[in-house]
Amino acid sequence: MLITKPNFDHTDDFYAALIKAHDGLSKAQSDALNARLLLILSNHIGDQSVLDTALKAASSEKELS
Amino acid sequence: MGKIFNTPLYPYQRSEDQDPGPATRHKVIIIGAGPVGLAAAIDLAQQDIPVLVLDDNDRVSFGSRAICFAKRPLEILDRLGCGEPMVARGVAWDTGRVFFDKDEAYSFNLLPETDHKNPAFINLQQYTFEEKLVERVRALQEQGKPIELRGKNKVTALADNGGHVRLEVDTPEGSYLLETDWLIACDGATSPTRRMLGHDFEGRVFEDNFLIVDVIMQADFPAERWFWFDPPFNRGQSALLHKQPDNVWRIDFQIGQDIDREAELEPENIHRRLRAMLGKDAEFELEWASIYTFQCRRMERFRYGRTLFAGDAAHQVSPFGARGANSGLQDTDNLVWKLKLVIEGKAGEDLLDTYSDERIYGADENILNSTRSTDFITPKTEISRIFRDAVLTLAKEHEFARPLVNSGRLSVPCTYDDSKLNGPDMEQLPRATRPGAPLKDADTGTGWLLDQTGNDFQLLGINADVPETLEVGGITIKGFQLSPTESLKTCYLGDARAAVYLIRPDQHVVARWLAYSKSATIAALRQATGKA
Ligand SMILES: Cc1cc2nc3c(=O)[nH]c(=O)nc-3n(C[C@H](O)[C@H](O)[C@H](O)COP(=O)(O)OP(=O)(O)OC[C@H]3O[C@@H](n4cnc5c(N)ncnc54)[C@H](O)[C@@H]3O)c2cc1C
Repeated sequence: MLITKPNFDHTDDFYAALIKAHDGLSKAQSDALNARLLLILSNHIGDQSVLDTALKAASSEKELS
Repeated sequence: MGKIFNTPLYPYQRSEDQDPGPATRHKVIIIGAGPVGLAAAIDLAQQDIPVLVLDDNDRVSFGSRAICFAKRPLEILDRLGCGEPMVARGVAWDTGRVFFDKDEAYSFNLLPETDHKNPAFINLQQYTFEEKLVERVRALQEQGKPIELRGKNKVTALADNGGHVRLEVDTPEGSYLLETDWLIACDGATSPTRRMLGHDFEGRVFEDNFLIVDVIMQADFPAERWFWFDPPFNRGQSALLHKQPDNVWRIDFQIGQDIDREAELEPENIHRRLRAMLGKDAEFELEWASIYTFQCRRMERFRYGRTLFAGDAAHQVSPFGARGANSGLQDTDNLVWKLKLVIEGKAGEDLLDTYSDERIYGADENILNSTRSTDFITPKTEISRIFRDAVLTLAKEHEFARPLVNSGRLSVPCTYDDSKLNGPDMEQLPRATRPGAPLKDADTGTGWLLDQTGNDFQLLGINADVPETLEVGGITIKGFQLSPTESLKTCYLGDARAAVYLIRPDQHVVARWLAYSKSATIAALRQATGKA
């Protein structure tokens, strides 16, 4: 089951760290970083049905309800 | 001595069929003496079904074509009596290395399974492969088996008259007519048969060009599969290096979409590419160089009336994963026993539709896999390249990313799950050998399991009594019993103490039980021969 309720330990810290990871990167470098991050996290989740729901949620905001 | 690919192995000879008079009627005619047509013919002839093969050429395959032959086709070739000479001649390999940019990203090993007679893969030139098949045809002829191979016999017109197919054949001495009860079209990706009968061939065409070169060189690279993504010597593209027998090396360069074919094929340009890759001082001789684009497509059905399509004529895949000839051999493996039963009047013609169903299932699996590989190797959009490169970057340090790297998912046989020929399963037995699956080889204590199976329906009892023979509607099931060795336990028993397997002539499992039952066996055989 994809968790869509707030689940971060430290919401603002995470967000700041995410932005900071991109500091000083070109667009291409940022894109590459995002892709690596996404692959790492997806593998961590692993469960295809959770990943499918996440992909769906990201693709169409309407279905997020 | 000339090279084998320049030698007419089955030169034109006039046949009595060309004499004036009504067209001679044959039982089975095969169009095409490529790997698939020859395999089908050998299979039929060694089971005493008369077969005539027509080919517009008179020698083996020309140019850079198949080199990797996987385990399942080698097992099929064993059944056809020519696997061992191929394995003896081929280069066995199990290590693959993947490079990204300047460095090695990771390597993999297709661990040889010690309980299997055949290696995971051998590399062998297609021309040698075909030469060995022709040698097998000659050996069968010497034994008096009903097989004939006619070179320089080009089929130019066809008509299915319902009761038979009529063919017009062109030869150096003019054309003649033939008739056949059954026609197997193994005439390759551009299949004139398909065109003459007006069938479609739908799928995807990839736009990237690949320069494929075979070079002869003394080099001390190991017998491994090396694949480069975006290497310094071929920026933005991919490359592949593979060893073949006789110091021949296969090198593939991806060269992009909009290219000047003629310029690319200039020897200086090819030499420049090879030097960039192999080093300035590398010494080599070019055997072949050609430019290919690849397709993934198939026919809607593989049977139309009295014509059966097999091999590249029926389906085509990109070569990443070595699924072309490999899957073509699985086609004929599936087809021949069915056709034999139909010809002998022991099964209805509908059984041939299951050839189409089962092999379309196989073709779709191959097309899916080779399409995905091609998409990974030649990303179509900016974002797919970003993800592709991210996978490759991560692969170096993170094990999780390695299975995502797709430089070709190497050919494995498909399991005909859901085939209507499958009988009952016993789910507590190992999943790998469920109904529809090809047998897994095993050391039986008295030889290899696969050497003890094939060509007939068989009933295998492990720790279980089975009858020596059982007749069902003219079909003989042959029983045999084995004591459980370690490898039989792993693949066939699992936690069970005993098991009984009904096996098809193509070594796929029909059904399995924990103990023998005559009525269940009869019902499963009827199921497997389309009578249920
Ligand atoms: C670069 C490259 C690499 C490949 N690598 C691999 C690999 O590693 N492993 C693998 O399994 N596959 C590989 N393949 C695919 C493999 O070569 C084909 O799948 C295989 O040759 C198909 O065999 P076939 O018998 O169906 O057809 P073909 O080999 O094409 O044979 C068709 C035959 O029909 C004959 N014919 C055609 N028209 C007529 C006519 N009108 N009358 C009479 N005869 C006719 C032709 O002369 C020919 O002999 C590769 C292909 C390419 C191009």
